[in-house]
Amino acid sequence: MSIPVRKYDAVIVGAGGAGLRAAIQLSEAGLKTAVLSKVFPTRSHTVAAQGGVSASLGNSEEDHWHWHMYDTVKGSDWLGDQDAIEFMCRKAPEVVVELEHFGMPFDRTDEGKIYQRPFGGHMSNFGEKPVRRACAAADRTGHAMLHALYQRNVRAQTQFFVEWMALDLIRDEEGQVLGVIALEMETGEVVAFHAKATIFATGGAGRIFYSSTNAFINTGDGLGMAARAGIPLEDMEFWQFHPTGVAGAGVLITEGVRGEGGILRNDKGERFMERYAPNAKDLASRDVVSRAMVTEINEGRGCGPNKDFVTLDITHLPPETIMKRLPGIREISIQFAGIDPIKAPIPVVPTCHYQMGGIPTNYKGQVVLEDGATVAGFYAAGECACASVHGANRLGTNSLLDLLVFGKSSGDTVIEDLASMPKAHKELPAGFADRTLARLGRLESQKDGADVHETRLAMQRTMQNHCGVFRFKDKLEEGVRKILDIEKQAAQTQIKDKSKVWNTARVEALEFDNLIEVAKATMICAEARKESRGAHVRDDAPDTPEFPNGRDDKEWLKHSLWYRDGNKLSYKPVTLKPLSVETIALKTRSY
Amino acid sequence: MDHDDLNRLQWRCTRRALLELDLILGKFLAEEFPALDEDDKRVFAELADMEDHDLWPLVNGTEACDDARQGRIVAMLRKSGVRQPL
Repeated sequence: MSIPVRKYDAVIVGAGGAGLRAAIQLSEAGLKTAVLSKVFPTRSHTVAAQGGVSASLGNSEEDHWHWHMYDTVKGSDWLGDQDAIEFMCRKAPEVVVELEHFGMPFDRTDEGKIYQRPFGGHMSNFGEKPVRRACAAADRTGHAMLHALYQRNVRAQTQFFVEWMALDLIRDEEGQVLGVIALEMETGEVVAFHAKATIFATGGAGRIFYSSTNAFINTGDGLGMAARAGIPLEDMEFWQFHPTGVAGAGVLITEGVRGEGGILRNDKGERFMERYAPNAKDLASRDVVSRAMVTEINEGRGCGPNKDFVTLDITHLPPETIMKRLPGIREISIQFAGIDPIKAPIPVVPTCHYQMGGIPTNYKGQVVLEDGATVAGFYAAGECACASVHGANRLGTNSLLDLLVFGKSSGDTVIEDLASMPKAHKELPAGFADRTLARLGRLESQKDGADVHETRLAMQRTMQNHCGVFRFKDKLEEGVRKILDIEKQAAQTQIKDKSKVWNTARVEALEFDNLIEVAKATMICAEARKESRGAHVRDDAPDTPEFPNGRDDKEWLKHSLWYRDGNKLSYKPVTLKPLSVETIALKTRSY
Repeated sequence: MDHDDLNRLQWRCTRRALLELDLILGKFLAEEFPALDEDDKRVFAELADMEDHDLWPLVNGTEACDDARQGRIVAMLRKSGVRQPL
């Protein structure tokens, strides 16, 4: 069966920060560029980023990209690739100033420079003291960034395909990527976008967990497509958890609440952080607070009928302080927890927030295979990609920077690569749409199958219970068995609505096809990695003099690679050699 | 509203930039929207078309809603509690 084919120089999947930044490069270079997005671009999840974007501009005090690089390597617990980290930190001032020229309304100093504020983990002089490096637009940095990038794309005449979902990569026998197959929701039509270059900027897959701060859109579509096309996923065991998501809903309660005096308490009302971090207490780093909360819950000191959350208490603060300093927090608590925080503490749990792993790329945005060879025609940037700059743990404000730097660099690399390619498109292989059409056909004809919503929920609960913020050998082993069982149900999902036009049930089933791939990769990589590093913390890899923080560099200073075919695992070395400076030598990560 | 319009609206309510609005609009659409009259349904669809950073402060109560028609629906949205992921 044939499907309509549209030809472009380049197709970008995803219109968040990375996709829009890449599109600017391509469209302004005169390439015919299509951007596919499940939603209108300014509805992408980049909007949710509040904190800022880091760059060593030195506007408020002395700063240097090398210090930023040091902080990022240390933050990554030495799993980040130092060539990519140097590239990102050196490029940061350039991309931030460019963004300003695109119209980004950064907060300013009295002299009119971009205002910079401190942010966790960002230090001066190789970890000496906090430095002001985060550039922000009030608490709407992601929103403002996305608008500036979108407007620039309109000017550059980028062609947007809004409410289209990419379904699969087109890859020929030589392994070259020749575009994507996509579904237009409004018509139900399936179309091939035949392109010389394909850039994935599809964001993360935070919805694999039951408790997630991620919007519903984050279903790991790019990762699912890459995995089905035989490309491995890298370092998928590393997920950052935010300590204070509202229990149940997952909605984020900002760190500012603890900054204003909020206290975490267990079922006895005890301020338990005093035992785990006697100095910083409730303001200790995210991973320390998250693990302390989970320990309290696991040891039976959780709150509520199921003892499965702790509470964040601000009842001791004057109501006027809450209303003035923490606007919106009271409403969030009432709306999502049914609790008025002036009268009662807010139920909270550590909540999935950011995906460090992804599609393996180099710092040019090219997708790379295990042996270092690039996949011709295929590029990735942003949260869906693993460059790897975040390694085992991301520093705040480096996510927006990642989008800008690698969105731009992937665009530049496409321009360079296309210059040396034949002018004509490489022919599409015979039957290029067969597998995708078979997948859609299976969904149409499935009888007595599994309910999408229930199966997704089973996956999310399994990920949360077996592969959460604090990990246990037995739980992980059982989690692998469970997730492989759920995969069997996922292969037999059934939808009742068979209509063609605006069939959201079909789209949700197709999103779930992607989520389950990410869930498998995460659980299997986490079970296999027998150390603690960054965000991956195992009970059986504790802090000892031989292995500080449970990290085992001799065995595990390497990137995980998961292949969908047979759930095969492989590993590749971490790049410890930066581009121009000395390596940042291994040491224990402590703050 | 026919199947296509309703499903389009459902997509636009549950694939937002912010999780907060996914949760609130999705629940409202499933539970309260069917009982609204046609005018109110149109007003809700107008609200759902707004940018997240314009709509969320209204629903969250950090900004007041100037439009009386929208204000009524916003008040309903504000009352609509969401305790579990959808």
